[in-house]
Amino acid sequence: MPETTSLGSGGSAYWTVGDDIADTAAPDGPIETRWDRRKFSAKLVNPANRRKHTVIVVGTGLAGGAAGATLAEQGYNVIQFCFQDSPRRAHSIAAQGGINAAKNYRNDGDSVYRLFYDTVKGGDFRARESNVYRLAQISTQIIDQCVAQGVPFAREYSGLLDTRSFGGVQVQRTFYARGQTGQQLLIGAYQALSRQIDAGAVEMHPRTEMLDLIVIDGRARGIVARDLVTGKITPYLADAVVLATGGYGNVFFLSTNAKGSNTTATWRAHRRGALFANPCYTQIHPTCIPRSGEYQGKLTLMSESLRNDGRIWVPKQKGDTRSPDQIPEAERDYYLERIYPAFGNLVPRDIASRAAKYQCDDGRGVGPGGLGVYLDFADAIKRMGEDKVREKYGNLFEMYERITGEDPYKVPMRIYPAVHYTMGGLWVDYDLQSSIPGLFVVGEANFSDHGANRLGASALMQGLADGYFVLPPMLGNYIASTKLGSVSLDDPAVTSVIGEVTGRLGRLLEINGDRTPDSFHRELGELIWDECGMGRTEAGLRKALARIPELREEFWRRVKVPGDSGELNQSLEKANRIADFLEFGELLCIDALHRAESCGGHFREESQTPDGEALRDDEHFAYAAAWEYTGGAPVLHREPLQFDYVHLAQRNYS
Amino acid sequence: MNLTLRIWRQRGPEDRGAMVTYELADVSPDMSFLEMLDVLNERLILEGEDPVAFDHDCREGICGMCGMVINGQAHGPRDRTTTCQLHMREFADGDVIDVEPWRAAAFPVMRDLVVDRSGFDRIIGSGGYISVVTGSAPEAHSTPVPKPIADAAFDNATCIGCGACVAACPNGSAMLFTSAKVTHLNLLPQGAPERESRVRDMVAQMDEEGFGGCTNTGECTVACPKGIPLTSIGNLNREYLRALTKR
Ligand SMILES: Cc1cc2nc3c(=O)[nH]c(=O)nc-3n(C[C@H](O)[C@H](O)[C@H](O)COP(=O)(O)OP(=O)(O)OC[C@H]3O[C@@H](n4cnc5c(N)ncnc54)[C@H](O)[C@@H]3O)c2cc1C
Ligand code: SF4
Ligand code: FES
Repeated sequence: MPETTSLGSGGSAYWTVGDDIADTAAPDGPIETRWDRRKFSAKLVNPANRRKHTVIVVGTGLAGGAAGATLAEQGYNVIQFCFQDSPRRAHSIAAQGGINAAKNYRNDGDSVYRLFYDTVKGGDFRARESNVYRLAQISTQIIDQCVAQGVPFAREYSGLLDTRSFGGVQVQRTFYARGQTGQQLLIGAYQALSRQIDAGAVEMHPRTEMLDLIVIDGRARGIVARDLVTGKITPYLADAVVLATGGYGNVFFLSTNAKGSNTTATWRAHRRGALFANPCYTQIHPTCIPRSGEYQGKLTLMSESLRNDGRIWVPKQKGDTRSPDQIPEAERDYYLERIYPAFGNLVPRDIASRAAKYQCDDGRGVGPGGLGVYLDFADAIKRMGEDKVREKYGNLFEMYERITGEDPYKVPMRIYPAVHYTMGGLWVDYDLQSSIPGLFVVGEANFSDHGANRLGASALMQGLADGYFVLPPMLGNYIASTKLGSVSLDDPAVTSVIGEVTGRLGRLLEINGDRTPDSFHRELGELIWDECGMGRTEAGLRKALARIPELREEFWRRVKVPGDSGELNQSLEKANRIADFLEFGELLCIDALHRAESCGGHFREESQTPDGEALRDDEHFAYAAAWEYTGGAPVLHREPLQFDYVHLAQRNYS
Repeated sequence: MNLTLRIWRQRGPEDRGAMVTYELADVSPDMSFLEMLDVLNERLILEGEDPVAFDHDCREGICGMCGMVINGQAHGPRDRTTTCQLHMREFADGDVIDVEPWRAAAFPVMRDLVVDRSGFDRIIGSGGYISVVTGSAPEAHSTPVPKPIADAAFDNATCIGCGACVAACPNGSAMLFTSAKVTHLNLLPQGAPERESRVRDMVAQMDEEGFGGCTNTGECTVACPKGIPLTSIGNLNREYLRALTKR
């Protein structure tokens, strides 16, 4: 592959280039039958033999909850973990807007093919066609499964399911449960999981955190975990390990992710040999509540479903400080409707976020620090009445009011983009198996289906597709086709991982420095937001890459972690996660530096069209970047992407 | 604003706890209650003290992980608001604020403001589900559900499992929590086949966990951040009687 810039993708002091890789698990031939053919070629485990096999599932979000429940139903012994006090509290609970499925109940032209097409295009041609097609196919089964579990989706007066449209598409294929779809779907999965826990088929360990992966003879055979109440470190062994540990958005410190969301499980697996793919694909969500002060601990999303009825605008005049009701219609710029007449306020997230940033950079932002734009419901209230608006968005409006003290029925909301989702993750093949045999990765933790940008309402779909439908047969195939020797707890590989884990916790406690863990997290987050956030430049990334190692060094010299390791110690939990973010953040910036093109959520300012849109470079970058850990400069492995069905084209939403 | 905080400190389940007083200056009214505690904890760490342990995760009022008794009220003074969504503008300069963990026999304190609510999970595991093996579901539209029923099921399904109802109840009863789940699932046609066993098993588990009985004080619904109504408890009682007579 030729180089694109003086830096290009050909390597630099920051990385080296290794061999290309390929996804050898996906069948070729007609895309419509690939998944059927893959399932048919998969080996099956005799139901009577399944209980002889133990599977570890780390995480109880939509992906992990669905996987654990399903594997247990099928007869496997499941040992499952989450760091919250109950599996029901995984971060998936917070998803608001909805879940996509190609049911075409509206007869509005939707189909599996269209969902596939929209997802590949929305992902800016950086996802695998095979995976995306399978996801679209499975989407319809997910809705059936969830309805049967009692998930109370919104219904119409006919008693049939209601749907709405969601960012970046023109069909109404999003199923929802008021503004808390994630909660309802997760409770469905949690209940199915609870049933299996009660039946003794799942051994559930809440308040237990995986701190490392055990690899024996090249295969994932277990994990080392810490009981967050007693501090006890315990190894758990199994025939296969499934990571369902969510995304790494909290590397930015401020994000819409739950406070505990972290990258420790995936980063530790990466250090043990799992390739990490496309870490620079991060999604900045356009509709979040702007931050209010230095003390801010996290950001809150306002569901993007609000963009269906709310209109986004800023004052035409720079630095206009009048209150919004004092700004006449003619002096408002509904910039999304103006620039993208076909999609208007419903353009994909990356486009909406960047457009907001430009308005604010240009001095037209509103609210404290000029870091906000209006999302106005006045027209919607006029059109459908306040009651209808309340029915659709009541809980979101309430949440906004609680946080800001302002009433959005009267005053337009103020919104600003915030980190929300991470498309990158551990590299997996079509079977969802990582580059370590026996290590499977599902949900947001993998990199599989969304390319460089995820469409709204597609993460829930992917998490449940992975957990309920894709992982179980592929995990069975691995177990049926692999001769696994027995391993014991006194295997040197096990004891050495335990030694490393305890050693590291001990070191964190010994430093006894003069800075809090959070102060490092904040500083790292700010640096990455500034240099590797909505807009990225070579100079900025180099700056971040110079600073991160210094910050890491400072962390290991100056962090102060009170208490000890044999007790409930939330500072120690945090510090340990931050230590991993400090390593991971560097890979994030390296990936962003190497990808000298713009695509989806990755916007390199050097690579844009004359109108300021993301400019892809398909000739040089139509691949997934899978990074290998070395301890020094990481090695880049490219997985070339092929587009046989969806014609590679520049995205155009105007 | 400047505040005086009196916070329950207890090192472990076996230790005796006590209220400890902290003065906190320059609190912004726009801070959330948990951000205010974050600020206190940052200071405590630098002063070489153990920070106050408290549970939280989403900070959006939906995961149900946070929860403390603030000035005697579960989740504090604001209606239908979890602790994480409570903001300091509800308080005034000079206020003294008492912060304690959920207090209930079935929720032992593990450290400071952190309690063990695993009894809730076991109640759900005893019957709070619809048994449907993955992949066996019929087409979603094969059973229409009238909108009023779907909406009522949804309203009950919004319970976040925080435990405020138990903490607020003088008897430490889990009736509101259990009734929300029974009502959600028993209302739906999909939940009908397990209707009787569900309510019987969940009530039995509730008793086994050591939650108290219900004497209709109604404190639970006042404290509930999701507005689960007392009528759900009425419904649970009806479902229970119905199940007993059907046995
Ligand atoms: C505010 C918000 C709203 C959203 N709205 C939508 C939406 O409307 N539609 C949509 O499709 N998507 C939405 N998303 C995205 C979507 O919610 C997530 O991508 C998805 O829920 C992730 O699910 P998951 O199962 O992969 O991981 P998670 O739900 O994040 O679960 C991770 C699990 O792993 C566990 N875990 C992590 N690390 C460890 C460890 N080291 N040891 C033990 N356990 C560990 C956690 O305890 C948890 O159980 C939203 C996201 C946010 C932040
Ligand atoms: S019923 Fe209300 S108070 Fe009780 S657990 Fe559910 S949400 Fe919390
Ligand atoms: S932290 Fe999730 S509800 Fe308060």
